[in-house]
Amino acid sequence: MIALEFILSGMLAAATPFLLAALGELVGERAGVLNLGVEGLMALGAAIAFIIVYHGGGHVFAFAGAGLAAALLSLLFAFAALGLQANQVAAGLAIGILGQGLSALVGKTYESLTVKGLPKLAVPGLSDLPVVGGLFVQDPVVWLSLAATLAIWATFAFTKTGLLLRAVGENPKAAHSIGYPVIAIRVAAVAFGGLMAGFAGAYAATVYTPLWADGMIAGRGWIALALVVFGTWLTARIFWGACLFGAVSLAGLAAQAGGVELPSQLLASMPYLVTIVVLGIISSNRRLLKLNGVASLGEPFKP
Amino acid sequence: MAAPLLSLRGISKRYGEIRANQAVDLDVAPRSIHAILGENGAGKSTLMKLIYGVETPDGGEMLWEGEPLTLASPAAARRRGIGMVFQHFSLFETLTVIENIRLVVPGQTRALIARILELGAEFGLEVDPHAHVHELSVGERQRVEIIRCLMTDPKLLILDEPTSVLPPQSVDRLFETLRRLRDGGVSVLFISHKLEEIRAICDRATILRAGQVTGNVAPREHDAHDLARMMIGRDMPEPPPMKPAEPGETMLELIGLSYTPDDPFGMPLKDMALTLRSGEILGIAGISGNGQAELSELISGEIRLPFETREQVQMMGEPAGHLGPAERRKLGFAFVPEDRLGRGAVPGMSLARNSLLTAHPLGLARRGLIAVKQATEFTRRCIADHDVRTSGPDVEAGGLSGGNLQKFIVGREMMLAPKLFFLAQPTWGVDIGAATAIRQKLVALRNQGVAILVISEEIDELFDICDRIQVLSHGRLSPSLETRQTRPEDIGRYMIGAGAAA
Repeated sequence: MIALEFILSGMLAAATPFLLAALGELVGERAGVLNLGVEGLMALGAAIAFIIVYHGGGHVFAFAGAGLAAALLSLLFAFAALGLQANQVAAGLAIGILGQGLSALVGKTYESLTVKGLPKLAVPGLSDLPVVGGLFVQDPVVWLSLAATLAIWATFAFTKTGLLLRAVGENPKAAHSIGYPVIAIRVAAVAFGGLMAGFAGAYAATVYTPLWADGMIAGRGWIALALVVFGTWLTARIFWGACLFGAVSLAGLAAQAGGVELPSQLLASMPYLVTIVVLGIISSNRRLLKLNGVASLGEPFKP
Repeated sequence: MAAPLLSLRGISKRYGEIRANQAVDLDVAPRSIHAILGENGAGKSTLMKLIYGVETPDGGEMLWEGEPLTLASPAAARRRGIGMVFQHFSLFETLTVIENIRLVVPGQTRALIARILELGAEFGLEVDPHAHVHELSVGERQRVEIIRCLMTDPKLLILDEPTSVLPPQSVDRLFETLRRLRDGGVSVLFISHKLEEIRAICDRATILRAGQVTGNVAPREHDAHDLARMMIGRDMPEPPPMKPAEPGETMLELIGLSYTPDDPFGMPLKDMALTLRSGEILGIAGISGNGQAELSELISGEIRLPFETREQVQMMGEPAGHLGPAERRKLGFAFVPEDRLGRGAVPGMSLARNSLLTAHPLGLARRGLIAVKQATEFTRRCIADHDVRTSGPDVEAGGLSGGNLQKFIVGREMMLAPKLFFLAQPTWGVDIGAATAIRQKLVALRNQGVAILVISEEIDELFDICDRIQVLSHGRLSPSLETRQTRPEDIGRYMIGAGAAA
């Protein structure tokens, strides 16, 4: 029972870095661009945000700076992959490595330092419920992430912007022939993805575990990428997927605390193992992938 | 004649060494249906791209209602009142009809739906606004494209080969729509290489050959021979003579072939039956998307059947459904796929290397090493015997024109001396000279006793070369029809799926 309460109260916070980065990647992939640099973008965002908070800049500026830095780096990716039609996989990997390197460089003198996180906001009434009450006590970024999830879902479901992103991803040639600026739309989608990855990194380094250590993103960018496929490019599924990964990573901690005799390394690797298993199951349903998948994903387009 | 709606004076466009349009003059009158007639590669599509703002001309001038016209983009063309229906539609398959239209036309969804239904009733273009595009037939998709254009109130509507994707009955319906549009004040620019259609519907025709205007006529005052001479510079070639068929052994048999593709946009095949003997040509008529791709991959071996159902495909009298492409080729099967660049040949490799892809068993490779001399020799022979116009075996396949590359691929497969020869859309996008040469070769091969299966959208082609025709519609195959006792209308009935009732 205590383990369940622990998982429920911490699940959303643990899910937030996955969720923010995956939502950003979702927008880019829906427009047909595969950006594999998420891990590096998150790392850069994390380092920038940590430094700003450490020097007393506050969390709002920290998130803004992290988002901006990661968006700028993703524009470098856009320049290579969309402007010069470089291979998106190679360009994404290169930008990811660059981002990780930059984060190590700027964060070098801050290694192992800590900052203060954010206070939590409780929903009056609901937070007093037994067992599930912990779900309703979260920091402001979690609440904002939930709002962002809803907003992105609504954008794809109801707005012309969402329609346009889907159209550009499905058939860039047709979108071009009816007169839409395919490259500009894709660049904007990539920049948005960078912004969100920056936020995700900022959350990880200044709110969730408010400390800086090189390599602290620890593969969460890759899981975010997997989440987009796991969620078959649907916002709601990505949200539930992120919650599942949040819960699985906490379950490991809960199990250790409960005295389960398993090596800690194995428990720590649970989220990654779950990723592989779930991706395998999803990918075996080709019908689902084809119906929701993005037809032009990763393919260069030259107008 | 009234002042022209659109005038082109000396319009030119070149791509590298290729002069796609040279000093083209064109006048489109208001309220008229104007044809651009020319064969594949004559420069029709380039000209339309210039008028629709997809490309900009290198020289010459365009006038729109007497004013100079320069177009930076298709959006600019649409603002001026120029709409275009593409040959390969610019629709988004995973979106609904109304979503596709909202991408181009501003306005409230409810008002747009009302307008779609209104235009549908007025011009005979009924579609369900909430249907997903991938569920629609090709004819319905064309209607969506036309409606989408009409909703921007164009004065000029360009249609690029609109009938090439339609069964004969739908062609009549499209023509009725175009006449109503003209009478409603819209000019239509109608691109085609089909002479009879142009004579049936167009008020005026401008004929292009090799990028230049070779005629500007009222098509009803000329017969098809005159138009053909202007289009190809000589008389239309006669269809090859056919000896009476002497069918021999059964080479290909489909027995109750059923298949459901993984692809949700694919077409499931149901209970297909077909028998093909040596010394005859069997044609599969029908519009692409009715199961052509699936059937062709099942016959080539790109899709294998499970071992239990292998007897649904029989080749040279053996169950072959479970065999892969290479094993089927060993039985004496040869295959020309519908896409030349990608499946029939590798565009970036030389012709000699492309020969190796299927002809390696003829001594072009020894102990895993390429026998360069033999490969070059084989390729040289293929080029000479099949009249491939190219400078030699070292030329990249992608550098050949569609017609020449197709002659090369057909030639390569014929040199394998197959017992069973299968071609998918053998003359698609090929010029008339090359198409005629390919048809003649096929008839000669049939007379030598080879069993030949041809999938084609061109009904005329099938009537020219086939002994029998079966129609593929909605994943079902019609009974076999003797070509001599069949009229194109009969084929058309099966194409729209009404054959069983008729």
